Amino acid sequence: MKVEARFLLGLGLFFGVVGLIYWLWSGEDAGGVMLGAAMLLGFLPGGYYLYWSRRMTPRPEDDPEATPATGAGVVGAFPSTSIWPFTLGMGAFVTVLALVFGIWLLVPGLSLVVWALLGAVAESRRGGHV
Amino acid sequence: MVDVLERPATRNEPPPEAHGPTGLLKWLTTTDHKVIGLSYTVTAVIMMVIGGAFAEIIRAQLATPNGTLVSLAQFNELFTMHGSVMIYLFAGPFAFGALANIIVPIQIGAPDMAFPRLNALSYWLYLTGSITMLSGFFTAGGAANFGWVGYAPLSNSLNTPGAGADLWIGGLLLTGFSAIFTGVNLVATIFYLRAPGMTMFRMPIFTWNMLVTAILILLAFPVLTAGLIMLYADRHFGTHIFSVAGGGVPVLWQHIFWFWGHPEVYILALPFFGMVTEIIAVFSRKPVFGYKGMVFATISIAALSLGVWAHHMFTTGVVLLPFFSAMSLLIAVPTGIKIFNWIGTMWRGEVWFSTAMMMSLGFLVTFLIGGLTGVYLASPPLDFFTHDTYFVVAHFHSVVMALVMAAMAGLYYWGPKITGYLLNEKIGRVQFWFLFVGTQVFTLPLYLVGLRGMPRRMAVYPHDPQWQFLNDLSSVGAVLIGISTLLFVANLVYSWKKYPAGANPWDGQTLEWFTTSPPPHHNFYRLPPIRSERPTWDYNHPEHRALPHGRRNGDGA
Repeated sequence: MKVEARFLLGLGLFFGVVGLIYWLWSGEDAGGVMLGAAMLLGFLPGGYYLYWSRRMTPRPEDDPEATPATGAGVVGAFPSTSIWPFTLGMGAFVTVLALVFGIWLLVPGLSLVVWALLGAVAESRRGGHV
Repeated sequence: MVDVLERPATRNEPPPEAHGPTGLLKWLTTTDHKVIGLSYTVTAVIMMVIGGAFAEIIRAQLATPNGTLVSLAQFNELFTMHGSVMIYLFAGPFAFGALANIIVPIQIGAPDMAFPRLNALSYWLYLTGSITMLSGFFTAGGAANFGWVGYAPLSNSLNTPGAGADLWIGGLLLTGFSAIFTGVNLVATIFYLRAPGMTMFRMPIFTWNMLVTAILILLAFPVLTAGLIMLYADRHFGTHIFSVAGGGVPVLWQHIFWFWGHPEVYILALPFFGMVTEIIAVFSRKPVFGYKGMVFATISIAALSLGVWAHHMFTTGVVLLPFFSAMSLLIAVPTGIKIFNWIGTMWRGEVWFSTAMMMSLGFLVTFLIGGLTGVYLASPPLDFFTHDTYFVVAHFHSVVMALVMAAMAGLYYWGPKITGYLLNEKIGRVQFWFLFVGTQVFTLPLYLVGLRGMPRRMAVYPHDPQWQFLNDLSSVGAVLIGISTLLFVANLVYSWKKYPAGANPWDGQTLEWFTTSPPPHHNFYRLPPIRSERPTWDYNHPEHRALPHGRRNGDGA
């Protein structure tokens, strides 16, 4: 987890320094804001990983000596089939078409989106978590 | 249905086989990354053929100075949609939706992507986004016609009324969210689902490049999405974000667009860099030369790419020239390291000139031409001279045609892993020569016609023997590229289920070559010990374990 943290923090630091130089030198706000936001995207998850990497035992994937048996146990729960991504995708499609062909399309579009979100949540509950 | 999975090595029996629906319902409901990746592959290749057809019409129109094949308005739609289809709907989704989706989880020993349902949603948003954008052709005013960059104020509702432009915006919103979700999925998969022993610095270079690409997606695409919402608000809700009339700033669109647009060039390029790195190593029978150098070069390219957006805006007169010029020139350094390392990987290797390897070498040469002319364009005095001429078009097409060669290399290399069958190598080599020669005949004359002053995006041009000759030559190149695409389709038909591949037809080095072709549901029955960045090679060749700098056991050097 340490490498992941350093990778993200390093990127955040680079964007922070470059953003500061750019903003002070150019006085142009849009680029300064966007580079500042890029810095945050590095620092926020990077800081989270750094915090946890100091408080957890190394995972099997971080241990260069680990064997497949070292990581024995459950990897996770993986849905094998689900109709809800398709339903949600179609809902998003119809919602975007409402931008072009008329606001009435928002009714079927958003209905599909809400139905799909509820369906996906219910499906996750039925499948159980690990 | 949910499968609770244990790690392969601890199982006494194969993982659960695919169950559930078959046929069309399977395609609609699958969350298997391989099936989703295959759907992406087929859709992206169809988009490439559509975008390529637009290009052929454009080149046919420009073969004569006063071409009458299409009207001026249709020409505007064609070059806009050619760029849009190729960039938004083919190159990016093919890289991070198709090949990365299939290959990354297998390369790191994972059973699937971290969020399988989100992965499926990404595909449906990509497909519906593509349909939305292309459906502009069926509206009364035609498809979007303001160029693939959608510059304000040309793209406002006064200058470009009609549904085509709105469908272009809507399509981009859908495909943008698709890309963002895929980026999240790739980062989570690589951070959380690696096999035991697969440390970050043992990941294959392709996976590293996809991680960096995914981060770039997360940095760049939300900016474009925000910009598109602002553009739509300007068009329909009476805001004046990009219009001078209401106190807005048109150049702000260019800042937002290119803050996405230049990282996008690397979002397109880095996956293909990763592909050719794998292919050159496997077909040279060596480990990647300078593995860590490659990783840091990739990270450097990505980091720098976020600070160069305004080199597309030099001629606006309102950007900081020295900053953007210096940052742009700096990118040549890590890119040069990569080219050096690719040559270093081949050096003293046992090079096997398979189709995938030849496509990779074609990529190397063509990308070098595109990259070096990019260095010229990073210099403001040269850019002022060539901006908006065919020189820029030629530079860009050298780069993207190099990526097309890398994509073909990826299909020939990983296709057998996905389908279980090899493609015909003889047809592949003929296809390569048509593609490689066609690309140079297509792009090199465009550099010259650009230096002679021909502007881009024009449907007719003055009678000038030099301009016409160079345009004709370029059109011949486009025909050769078209023939190469037809040869690829012919190869797919000819080789259909003819040459079984086996698990490891190329004596590959990374984990995807350890499992069967195609891999089983959830990818692995068992995993080898992972002690280097090429575990399959170590397992199959214990006498030739990886040593630094491509040396092998017993090498005196």
